[in-house]
Amino acid sequence: MNKQQKEEYLREYALLKAKGKPFFPYAVAKDGAMACVVMVVIIAMSLILGAELGSKANPTTTTYVPRPEWYFFFLFEVLRVIKPPSLVPLATIGVPTLAMILLFLLPFYDRGPERRPERRPIATLTGIAVIGAMAFLTYQGANAGSPTAIETPTPPRILHAGGALLSEYEAGKKAVAQSGCLACHKIGENGNSGPGPNLTKIADRLPRQAIARTLVNPTAPMPSFKNLPPAKFNQIVTFLAQSK
Amino acid sequence: MPKLPKLPAPPMPAALREPPPRPGDPNGKKGPLDEAMEAGITVVDWVDERTSLSGAGRWLMFRKVPKGTNWFYTLGSATMFAFLSQAVTGVFLAMYYRPDPSGGAYESIRYVTNEVFLGQFVRGMHKWGSSVMVILVFLHMGRTFFFGAYKYPRELNWVIGVVLLILTMTMSFTGYLLPFDQRAYWATIVGVNINGTGPLVGPYLSDFLRGGSEFGATTLSRFYAIHMLLVPGLLAALIGAHLYLVAKLGTTAPPWQKAEAPKELREAEV
Repeated sequence: MNKQQKEEYLREYALLKAKGKPFFPYAVAKDGAMACVVMVVIIAMSLILGAELGSKANPTTTTYVPRPEWYFFFLFEVLRVIKPPSLVPLATIGVPTLAMILLFLLPFYDRGPERRPERRPIATLTGIAVIGAMAFLTYQGANAGSPTAIETPTPPRILHAGGALLSEYEAGKKAVAQSGCLACHKIGENGNSGPGPNLTKIADRLPRQAIARTLVNPTAPMPSFKNLPPAKFNQIVTFLAQSK
Repeated sequence: MPKLPKLPAPPMPAALREPPPRPGDPNGKKGPLDEAMEAGITVVDWVDERTSLSGAGRWLMFRKVPKGTNWFYTLGSATMFAFLSQAVTGVFLAMYYRPDPSGGAYESIRYVTNEVFLGQFVRGMHKWGSSVMVILVFLHMGRTFFFGAYKYPRELNWVIGVVLLILTMTMSFTGYLLPFDQRAYWATIVGVNINGTGPLVGPYLSDFLRGGSEFGATTLSRFYAIHMLLVPGLLAALIGAHLYLVAKLGTTAPPWQKAEAPKELREAEV
């Protein structure tokens, strides 16, 4: 906006304001009515939906799949959609930070004098697209599966070996399924493909010690599993080290 | 004390002006109601003589709002109302809450939910109020965006609004941990780890949130302090600044509202 446009706006606004009504009581009455609606909605939600309390936090648990509050689902989903590990920081911090900077600086790069939504199609369409994308990602995030079972067949070489290895492998398969790994990793046909890498053939890429190290000291956002009971931890490592 | 010169009062709308006493009224007699009113006026005058607040009050309340403002313009005040509701219910929850990760936190929330009179109701209001507030923030921001209300001269108010959005999100993130149930614990671990992947400051931010490299006893009290002291204070202060700028610059008119130039300025008739 150049100086002339600024002055034009201020003059126009002064005329509109002079014709307006005082804030009290006209706008205050509307705001008060809206405040009552908000209060009724909050009370109704509290009465109908209640406030459930889950079981107590337990750092050694192996059966919990973390879920954020619903309005963070879209971020959660961005994280799930962007798969390659090198791009994960981009998904976790890059995209949200960029969006925030663009939001902050909006009045400094959109400086045109036009305010009517139908006469600034780029801004209006971008706004609608962003809202649509956030709604879509929230919906996808809300419906993302949190499976707790792995149905891959046990390979014949392990069935053949039998004994301790077979029982360790089967226990590990169960422990992996119940430890929330499938929220971010795919194993065979089970689980979500991202943000974590596919674990179906993880043993081809990582030796047993490297898998154990990763579980203890993982790349964020994966939580560390070092608080698991040692037996369970070893079962998980065995299962993953045999996944090839 | 010498008599102070009296400043002329700013204009009041006609509807609020007190009608002058009618000549027929027996104005010598005073009932108890009149005396009570007199006392009220004296108190207000006493405060005003020392603070000069009445001018600011009139400036705030009797400023004009342009023609054509509609229900979309109530979203901002509705957001502030949701914040006030969160503050009040939060104070009541804080009366029972103990930020003790070894069991006290979970136990105090369980106690509020199951034992305290109306405890579950107030906790429900706080929990769902946060969702309502986030929705209202986004609706208010959508209105501002589509009506072009962030443009000259209101750029700074938009920037303050974005900071308020980030602070609201920080509130919901830190509040999520406090009940210390499974859902709270694991979601927060993943959230803090996500922060840690950020470039440069990421790991430091994560360490700061956890209060060390491990998720431990200090983490909960840190989240508690951020949720109860730091962010609410910032939110209240910035809401004040946001409101001041709204009153100073005026509520925007809807973009399609056109002012008619006063008759004497119209070119055809000059």
